[in-house]
Amino acid sequence: MERFETLTGLAAPMPAANVDTDSIFPARFLLITGKRGLGRYVFYEWRAGPGGAPDPDFVLNQPRYRTAEILVAGDNFGCGSSREQACWALRDAGFRVVVSTSFGEIFHANCFKNGILPVIVSPADLARLLADAEAGAPLTVDLAAGQVLRQAGPVIAFETAPWRREALLNGWGEIDIILNRSGPALDAYEASRRAATPWLY
Amino acid sequence: MTGRTLYEKLWAAHEVEAYDEGVSLLYIDRSLIHEVSSPQAFEGLRAAGRRVRRPETHLAVADHAVPTRDRDRPIADPLAREQVALLAVNAEAFGIAHLPLTDPRQGIVHVIGPELGFTLPGMTLVCGDSHTSTHGAFGALAFGIGASECECVLAAQSLRQARARTLRVNVCGRLGLGVTAKDLTLSVVAALGVTGGVGYAIEYAGEAVRSLSMEGRMTLCNMSIEAGARVGLIAPDETTFAYIAGRPMAPAGEAWGAALAHWRTLTSDQDAVFDRMVEIDAAAIAPRVTWGTSPDQSAPVTGTAPDPATAASEAEARKIARALDYMGLRPGQPLIGLAIDNAFIGSCTNGRIEDLRAAAEVARRGRVAAGVTAIVVPGSGAVKRQAEAEGLDRIFFDAGFEWREPGCSLCVAMNNDRLEPGKRCASTSNRNFEGRQGIGARTHLMSPAMAAAAALAGRIVDVRGTAA
Repeated sequence: MERFETLTGLAAPMPAANVDTDSIFPARFLLITGKRGLGRYVFYEWRAGPGGAPDPDFVLNQPRYRTAEILVAGDNFGCGSSREQACWALRDAGFRVVVSTSFGEIFHANCFKNGILPVIVSPADLARLLADAEAGAPLTVDLAAGQVLRQAGPVIAFETAPWRREALLNGWGEIDIILNRSGPALDAYEASRRAATPWLY
Repeated sequence: MTGRTLYEKLWAAHEVEAYDEGVSLLYIDRSLIHEVSSPQAFEGLRAAGRRVRRPETHLAVADHAVPTRDRDRPIADPLAREQVALLAVNAEAFGIAHLPLTDPRQGIVHVIGPELGFTLPGMTLVCGDSHTSTHGAFGALAFGIGASECECVLAAQSLRQARARTLRVNVCGRLGLGVTAKDLTLSVVAALGVTGGVGYAIEYAGEAVRSLSMEGRMTLCNMSIEAGARVGLIAPDETTFAYIAGRPMAPAGEAWGAALAHWRTLTSDQDAVFDRMVEIDAAAIAPRVTWGTSPDQSAPVTGTAPDPATAASEAEARKIARALDYMGLRPGQPLIGLAIDNAFIGSCTNGRIEDLRAAAEVARRGRVAAGVTAIVVPGSGAVKRQAEAEGLDRIFFDAGFEWREPGCSLCVAMNNDRLEPGKRCASTSNRNFEGRQGIGARTHLMSPAMAAAAALAGRIVDVRGTAA
C-alpha cells in the first residue's frame, strides 16, 4: 500500500457541502473493472458542464489548480455510495490529501487504503484553509505530527486514529496487518463460534 | 453492570481481538458480492497469491449492471457484459457460490440475501455496497464497505473496525392511513440530516417500528446511510422469525430451535445506555417527497420547496439554492402538482413484494398519464414470480406500466435504464443526488404508492386523496 508521510502542495478549494461519491465518480464509469487510470473521470459531469464543453469555472478546470494535490472540501465530503472508484480516481488525478469538517464514513475508510490522507478540521479552520486555497498558498500536511502548516497563518492541528495513522505512515496493507498479528486468534475464534452458533458454519 | 445495546452485543460477539481503545478485529460471518465492487478485490487476491479463507460464507450475484429487459439475449453493452461475466469467472476461480442471470433466484443483493435466509439475526454481514445496512432489519450487524475491505474479508474473514457510538431512533405511535415505511424513512433522514448518523450505529425502536413488516423494516434500515450511518438495526422478534422460518438457507430442525433461543437474546437491555436518542411521532408523518438533491431534503407532500431566503445560515441557503436550481423548482413552489416524466418502482429500498402490492393497489385505479414512462422493476426473481402469481404484473401492464426483469436499474442508472437530461422522476429509490438517474435528471424520492399515484396523474399528488 502507498504510504503517506508529509506533503507540500497546492490546494484546490471545493466549498460545496455533501459532495457525494456519485459526483466524484459517476456511476456510468463503474462498468470499468480496473482501478488504474480513473483520474480522467473524476468529477466528470462537473468538469464537462451542461453543454459538454469543459466548464471553465469548475475549480479543477482552472489552470492554476491543475497541479493541486490537496482538496479542501465542504462538510460531509464523499457521502453516499461505497464506490472506492472515488478514491482511485482522486488519487490518479494527483490528490494525496482531502480536507473537510467530516467525511462519508466508507469514503473515509477507503482513503486510507489508497494512500490518501483525509484530514478532519473544525469549521473555522476549514474556512482558513479554503481561503489559503483560494489564494493559491501551498500547504504542508504532516501526518506524524498531525499538522497542516500554512504560509499565511498559524499551524492547524488535526487528529488521525492511531491504527489508521500507523498503517498509512508505514504503507502497511490491512490483510497483512491482520494475518501477521491475529492468525491464531482467528482460528480460535472460529473454533469457539462453530460450537456456539453452528448454524453459521 | 449496566445493560448493553443490541449493537454492543453484536460487536462483542464478533470481537476476535481488541487492538486499540475502541478498535477491534471484527469477525465477518457472511458477505454478499456483486459485479461492481468485487473485480478489483479478486484481482488483489490474485496479485498477492491469496486464497479465500471461507468460500462458503460468500454469495455472488450481479445486480447493478444488468439490463432489465431482453434477458434472453447477451447483454448489449460490451462493458456491462464483461463485468457480469467476470463475476462468474471470479466466483468459479475462488470457489464461491454464484447466481447467474438465468438463475430464478437472481436479484438485488439486499433483496435476495433475506429471501434465501442467507441473512440471519446475530450475524455480521458485509457487502461492497452502502445499502448493506438493509440487513440490519434482521438484527444482523451489517454494513457497507469498499472494494479493498471486500478483499480483506475474502482473505481474512475479518476487518479492523472502530466501534460506533449508539443512536436510538424511537418511533412512537402508529403511521396513518396511506403512510408507509418509506415516508417514515424519509422523515428519519430529514430529522437526522445527512450527517446526523455519521459515527453512529442506529437502532430503530418503538411501536411504529414493531408494527412494520420485514419489508418495511428493510426499507427503514436500508436508508440509514442516507443519514450518514453505516449501520441500522432493529431487534429481531416474532415477525422476524416468522419471515425466516423455512427459507432455503435458514437453519432447520434442531438447529432452528438453537438459533431461535440465541436470536431471542438479541435486544437492547432495558437499562442499556445509548449515546444519543431521538424521538419521532409516527402519527405526525405524512406521505413525504424529496424536493432537493440530498435525501434529507424532503417535505410532506402537502408542503412546498423551501425558500433559501429563510434558511438558518448562509451555507444552508447556498445548498438550498443550488438544489432548487438543479431540480428546476421555485422557492415556495408546492410539491403537489409538479408534472413528472417518469416513474420508477423498484430498488433495494422498495423493490419487494409488499412494495409492488402497494403500487399495484393504486395502479388498478387508472392508467399511466400520457407522456409519462413508468417502469416496475422487481427486486428479485422471487419477487417477480410472487407478483405474477398474484396477478400484479397484469394490473401494471393494463395500467400502462412496463414490467421488467430484476436488478438495480434506475436507482443507480448503471445499466441501460437511464433518464434524459431535465426529466423529472417519481422514484421509490434511495438517492436523489445530481445525475443519479441520468445526467441532469431530477429525482423525487417517495413511497411506491405515491410513485404509482404520480404516474397515473402525471404529476405529484397526495395518495391519500386519490382513493377510489
